[in-house]
Amino acid sequence: MSDTTQQRSDVLIVGGGLMGTTTALFLRRHHGLRVTLLERELIGRQASGTNFGNVRRQGRDLAQIPLANRARAVWGRVNELLGEDLEFAPLGHLRVCYTEAQAAKLEQHVRDVQPLGLDLKMFSADALRRRWGIFSDAVVAGSLSPVDGHANPRLAGPAFGRAAQRAGAHIHEHSEVAHIERVGTEFVAHTVDGRQYRAAQLLVTTGAWSARFAQAFGEPVPLDARGPQMGVTEPLPYAIAPSIGVSTPIEEEGLYFRQIARGNIVFGGGLKGPALADVVRAYVKPDNTLRQLRELRRFVPAFANVQLIRVWSGIEGYTDDWVPVMGPSARVPGLHYAFGFNGEGFAISPGVGEVMAELIATGRTSTPIDAFAIGRFATAPQSQPITT
Amino acid sequence: MTPRIVIVGAGPAGVRAAQALVEAGVRPIVIDEGRRDGGQIYRRQPEGFTRTHAMLYGSEAAKAQALHNDFDALRAQIDHRAETLAWNVTAGQLHTVHAPSGETATLDFDALIVCAGATDRLMPVPGWHHAGCYSLGAAQIALKAQACAIGSRVVFMGSGPLLYLVAAQYVKAGARVDAVLDTSPALPTFTALRGLLNRPRLLLRGLALKASLRLGGVKLLNRISPLRIEGTAEGGVSGVVVRDARGAERRLACDAVGLGWHLRAETQLADLARCDFEFEPLSRQWLPRIDACGRSSMPGVYLAGDGARILGADGAEAAGRLAALAALDDLKHERGRTLFAAEQAGLQRTLATMNGFREGLAQAFPWPHAQAAALPNDAVVCRCEAVTAGELRRSVRELGSQELNRAKAFSRVGMGRCQGRYCGHAAAEIVAAAASIPVEKIGRLRGQAPVKPLSMSAQEHE
Amino acid sequence: MSKPLPPAGSGGRFVRLAETSRPALHLRIDGEPATALEGDTLLVALLTHGRRVRTSEFGDGTRAGFCLMGACQDCWVWDEAGQRLRACSTVVTEGLAVRTTPPASSWPVTPEVAARERGEVSS
Repeated sequence: MSDTTQQRSDVLIVGGGLMGTTTALFLRRHHGLRVTLLERELIGRQASGTNFGNVRRQGRDLAQIPLANRARAVWGRVNELLGEDLEFAPLGHLRVCYTEAQAAKLEQHVRDVQPLGLDLKMFSADALRRRWGIFSDAVVAGSLSPVDGHANPRLAGPAFGRAAQRAGAHIHEHSEVAHIERVGTEFVAHTVDGRQYRAAQLLVTTGAWSARFAQAFGEPVPLDARGPQMGVTEPLPYAIAPSIGVSTPIEEEGLYFRQIARGNIVFGGGLKGPALADVVRAYVKPDNTLRQLRELRRFVPAFANVQLIRVWSGIEGYTDDWVPVMGPSARVPGLHYAFGFNGEGFAISPGVGEVMAELIATGRTSTPIDAFAIGRFATAPQSQPITT
Repeated sequence: MTPRIVIVGAGPAGVRAAQALVEAGVRPIVIDEGRRDGGQIYRRQPEGFTRTHAMLYGSEAAKAQALHNDFDALRAQIDHRAETLAWNVTAGQLHTVHAPSGETATLDFDALIVCAGATDRLMPVPGWHHAGCYSLGAAQIALKAQACAIGSRVVFMGSGPLLYLVAAQYVKAGARVDAVLDTSPALPTFTALRGLLNRPRLLLRGLALKASLRLGGVKLLNRISPLRIEGTAEGGVSGVVVRDARGAERRLACDAVGLGWHLRAETQLADLARCDFEFEPLSRQWLPRIDACGRSSMPGVYLAGDGARILGADGAEAAGRLAALAALDDLKHERGRTLFAAEQAGLQRTLATMNGFREGLAQAFPWPHAQAAALPNDAVVCRCEAVTAGELRRSVRELGSQELNRAKAFSRVGMGRCQGRYCGHAAAEIVAAAASIPVEKIGRLRGQAPVKPLSMSAQEHE
Repeated sequence: MSKPLPPAGSGGRFVRLAETSRPALHLRIDGEPATALEGDTLLVALLTHGRRVRTSEFGDGTRAGFCLMGACQDCWVWDEAGQRLRACSTVVTEGLAVRTTPPASSWPVTPEVAARERGEVSS
């Protein structure tokens, strides 16, 4: 067999979204390992490319804050790191709410995250008016994370991919993996067109499509595909710096928006739409769009004068317990996972990449990720690791 | 049970579809963005204008009159919703908004007949973003619907029969037209001529138009290559520079340019309805797949008129009627089936003749696709977002796009308010040339709702 | 920010060829009085009064419409209340007041961004 059909690396990554490409980059830059990444279609095109683009730490599960802090440090130097502009705008992330009960939750969160290194600032309705002046009377309070913000998801995945490639990773697009087997101490991935790639370690970062790979290695994970309902307006005079969202227990109300430097306003939130992972299609339901317009007007009255020009969706992977799957396999040595980020993976992806690279290269990581272990889904006591 | 049938578009195709349905005893909903019926070709002037149909529509006056009269007679028997946009479509449902009030409505349908028409097809020319540059259709609408010329000294450039028609209409109405610049050769090829001879009256009319322009002192140049439209950011267009057939550079001073290369179908609703599309090499564009009766690949969705195949007004009228009857036949509507059985063959023969002429037109006035690859890097391709040819090429050469939607994701081409209507075809040619991939392999811009900008105050009637 | 349109009488872009005996209507364009004829679209009113409809957001200059059929979306302006109007498909009515640049009511610049633009750092 020729070298090209039996390519061997130290690490094989399956799935070319942000989790895969960031890990590939850091495996090369920080650890010098040989990396091959296989992407079914085009780098960064699925959830990585269709999400809202929030780079936020507040409002996350507390277990994710250390990982989010680590990611934020990378975002701060991302343009330098990649040699490309990802349009990261660290001009704040603001959460507002409609009820005093929710305001109390925001205040509690401020207290909860402070010891974890995140300093948030509460705003009364009056203070919100003085600083931004765009909210309706329905908004009663807000919480600002001053140095978080947003970036451009369409550009990020491909930019990380190109940087990984320049750093020596072998990135193969149009390389759908049919199955992966364990042969001795190696993993062998077979693409649908008959190519084979081998490595001692394997990382599964196939997003909403990860369940079958986990299942094949004896670690089934309940994973649901859902479509974010996104929209963008025509360009408007640049007026709003932070990324802004509504914090609410009512799913339909949970809107968020951000204005980009060119002036368009990107928004999303509320109910999710249908996402069909098997045919790679996701849809925006018209009634969701109309409801979003209503909720946007409710929280920022000036939206009534604006025009929507495009909607889109994507395919995101959701776990049953709203906790990501990240870390080593519980059954197979050398196997690792990073998927199921429940629609909030974009912000933490550079941190995920650093952590997974560290874990794969050295066997451990300084950032706590035990809460994300795949072993939590095992229904039987852990049996012997698989060796074939 | 009376079938629920919705027609989008009150131009020739939509009106004849409505008429067929009413004859069969069905009351359709006819939605249209305009205030008045007529579509583009037979666009009606506002009430209170005095010009006759003969003055407005020339040789087509009788047809225009018949269409307008027939629609007026239909009003009581249809549910006509003017100034209404179909902004999205899902299985069995059309999502509409009445623009003046912002009121939304969801229309359930058993059959949807989309007669969305066409727009001009544009090839960017450096400087075409300057104020004072218009499509040929715009120049015609300014005259037909508002009795205005687009400028005091007009140059028309492009190709296709509309180029000469609009120029001649301008001259006749008293506007100053300095030149008509055609990228096609003066004489059609033998193959083209064969196609054109399907409709000899139209062919002769075209020749007569050219003759009348020459007589009127208008400079006619063929085989030109557009080099640039000159102008300033503040003042707009000041002139057009082309390379003539002998290779010499020629400048024509003007304050308005009418630009266009025939038409492109408005296919956004067909796309949202998940109809299959196929690439048509003759016109180098992606068109929704239809059968000989106008059935799309989606059951219940029918496509007729210039929004499916550019056959002109006469073809649209036949296609609209045929699609409506086919819909009734498919719905097993008794009276509709009878009409369909009686008329199907004749209508299809008419359409076949029109199609032969269409092929001749495409051959006589080809889409100058090579101009796209020749655009300088600083030429604006996407007018809405001011994206240049160079930025588009960069998305291929530096960022690795080998497909049009990827190039859009990286360069923003097609992300503006018009959603790729005017830049999409040229963008495909530029990306294909930069990637050295045939244009039919480069993909097409995927349509997304809303079909046109939707006001964020749109809401259900309370 | 772009300059307001030049004052009335300094020459429009479009040329009226016929139908000039229609009743006159009065409107305001960027605060300036203007006249149009009954049946005119807003685009025709703007382009008989002056030579532009709006200015491109991306620095490439003034725009004066393009397709005149509601397809290109290049002729959107505002009324004084901030509502969007597509000039080529809006009919002029007596007393219509339009803005060719975004009025403050339509999308307000926040105090925070204004402060940033003045170089005042916010935390």
